Amino acid sequence: MGGVLDVTAVSMNFGGLRALNEVDMQVKSGEIVALIGPNGAGKTTFFNCITSIYAPTEGEVWFTPKQGARTRVNGMKPNLVTALGMARTFQNIRLFKNMSVLENVMIARHCRTRAGILGALFRPAAVRKEEREIVERSYELLKYIGLHRSYNEQACNLPYGAQRRLEIARALATDPTLLLLDEPAAGMNPQETESLKHLVQKIRDEMDIAILLIEHDMSMVMSLSERIYVMEYGCLIAQGTPAEVSMDPRVIKAYLGEEAHA
Amino acid sequence: MQELKKSVLVSLWFMFLTFPIMVVRVVEKSVVLRWENLAWIGIGSFVLSFVWRWALRRKEMGRAASREGANNPGLMAQLAGANPALVRAGSALLLVAFAVIPWLVTTYQTNILISFMLYVILGLGLNVIVGIAGLLFLGHAAFYAIGAYSYALLNQYFGLGFWVALPVGGIVASLAGVALAFPVLRLRGDYLAIVTLGFGEIVRLVLENWSSLTGGPSGVSNIPRPGLMNMELSVAGANIYIYYIVFVLAVITIVAVSRLKDSRIGRALQALREDEIACEAMGIDRVGVKLMAFGLGTAWAGFAGVVFAAKTTFINPASFTFFESAIILSIVVLGGMGSNLGVIMGSAFLVLLPEYMRAFSEYRMILFAAAMVLMMVFRPEGLIPATGRRYEVNDPELAASGEGR
Ligand SMILES: Nc1ncnc2c1ncn2[C@@H]1O[C@H](COP(=O)(O)OP(=O)(O)OP(=O)(O)O)[C@@H](O)[C@H]1O
Ligand SMILES: [Mg+2]
Repeated sequence: MGGVLDVTAVSMNFGGLRALNEVDMQVKSGEIVALIGPNGAGKTTFFNCITSIYAPTEGEVWFTPKQGARTRVNGMKPNLVTALGMARTFQNIRLFKNMSVLENVMIARHCRTRAGILGALFRPAAVRKEEREIVERSYELLKYIGLHRSYNEQACNLPYGAQRRLEIARALATDPTLLLLDEPAAGMNPQETESLKHLVQKIRDEMDIAILLIEHDMSMVMSLSERIYVMEYGCLIAQGTPAEVSMDPRVIKAYLGEEAHA
Repeated sequence: MQELKKSVLVSLWFMFLTFPIMVVRVVEKSVVLRWENLAWIGIGSFVLSFVWRWALRRKEMGRAASREGANNPGLMAQLAGANPALVRAGSALLLVAFAVIPWLVTTYQTNILISFMLYVILGLGLNVIVGIAGLLFLGHAAFYAIGAYSYALLNQYFGLGFWVALPVGGIVASLAGVALAFPVLRLRGDYLAIVTLGFGEIVRLVLENWSSLTGGPSGVSNIPRPGLMNMELSVAGANIYIYYIVFVLAVITIVAVSRLKDSRIGRALQALREDEIACEAMGIDRVGVKLMAFGLGTAWAGFAGVVFAAKTTFINPASFTFFESAIILSIVVLGGMGSNLGVIMGSAFLVLLPEYMRAFSEYRMILFAAAMVLMMVFRPEGLIPATGRRYEVNDPELAASGEGR
């Protein structure tokens, strides 16, 4: 074993609907892995299961943070999973809309900082220092992602592509070991997608973060990821390098084939 | 032109509608037609309708303009952001003014100001729950009652003094708030509102019916006023003393709540308001933060309750009805959810205006309702909408490129 993320036979039922059926997955440290599949295949549900937003009906999710022991995360509270080192973005953007761009990132520092109620009321030097560090670190991340110019703007006033990038910055602010991106390029134009691709690579190379992404943009998936998992109707139907997967007849039939006809 | 025509139509319609009540009058079997009334109604409704349309149009234009000008700061934002020194001088002046007022005015006026500041404290407390954390909460008066009864009963049975009861009342109310929060952790919006409303009523009914402990509907009387170093104060003197206690408490509340809002905890509360799932996914303990919101908000109601009991020396459950919760909520909504300055203005509006406009007291509820409706149409975000905190970063590169502020 020894991956950052080890998922064994995870299933998820919604009433009578089996949205995930015994899915296995492994992500090693520093890897970029893609999860693809037609609409409704259960990709987002899979993300929700490993981040504990849903409790999987069956199966186990094990996670190994950079410095830390291998931990079983299914059944844990989602905020603790994040604190362990798993951060995610959302397919349907979930920013804190009425707060500033900078504040959105600052909130994500919550689990890495300490100040409590008394600290807030009396503001001792330690708390002021912590607060300054939060602002500095958050601003740094905005700069990294290229949104620092609009740091005081309201998050909901950002253009769509920028909102997706802000979600990434926010996720990075939790100091993750594994970053989960749910369709980060959805709604972006080709140039934005291209720069997003470089950003993802840069994050992996410079920050040493493993990345698991769901994406429909095939050119991005093929050029970016080292391994690909393909899902259909809640089951994994193929896995391997981009070359292997694109040759797999079941994948071509289930996914790429459909795409070609559409 | 279009507008004129519409206004004429409206006035004709109103003349027609009010014809039977305002114009026709039966005086001892003969019918008198009061045409002059008809004219007044026609002119009146024409003018009103025209003004209404004009105001609506202005609002639309304002909205379009603000959309074009990206983030064009409003008047208040400009005032607040304009000049920190000026703001500080202004607040200092206000503080001094409030500090000397009780020596200049009558006991009656002092009393009004005391109740104004009590509502400021109550409103700011509720603002933590409703405005900052976004939890619709309709039972604030219950915690006001809990604070007041804590003092009254602790004094009656154990002889505890005001200064001991003040923190105790706050803590008891805060614990009660947390206790209420446990069963409603999963609720949001309307459902939460209903449950908290129910809780408010339960507290009031318990106070009303547990006669052996609380004195039932007749309440608790002879609650001592706070003593000043064993001195016997006259009623007027005690009143001024209480004025200062409330004043200091209100200032503490304002400082505490704004500090809280700008802290790590405050940001977590705001995140909870914006999006619960994202909030959890960003590593914030949703349950803990919710409990904190309730505990922090209701503690102020407890403090205010203790002071209220000391001020009136007599309390009964009738002071803590749902109407009281509704007023406090209106203060927050009218003033501007999440905005501390707004809450202060809101309580000035809802507490001081009715007191100083006794002449119109018969129409109080109508004016109240009309003000609410007008507010919702023209300033749905409240008198002084909450402005997000602007952070300063020192980034020489950004400054050099001349962008950002
Ligand atoms: N909370 C839920 N309750 C019931 N059914 C659900 C729930 N969430 C998802 N589903 C169902 O599970 C299936 C998988 O949905 P999911 O959102 O995971 O698909 P997806 O692969 O992310 O699709 P897309 O590419 O459109 O994002 C769908 O049939 C969906 O209707
Ligand atoms: Mg999805």
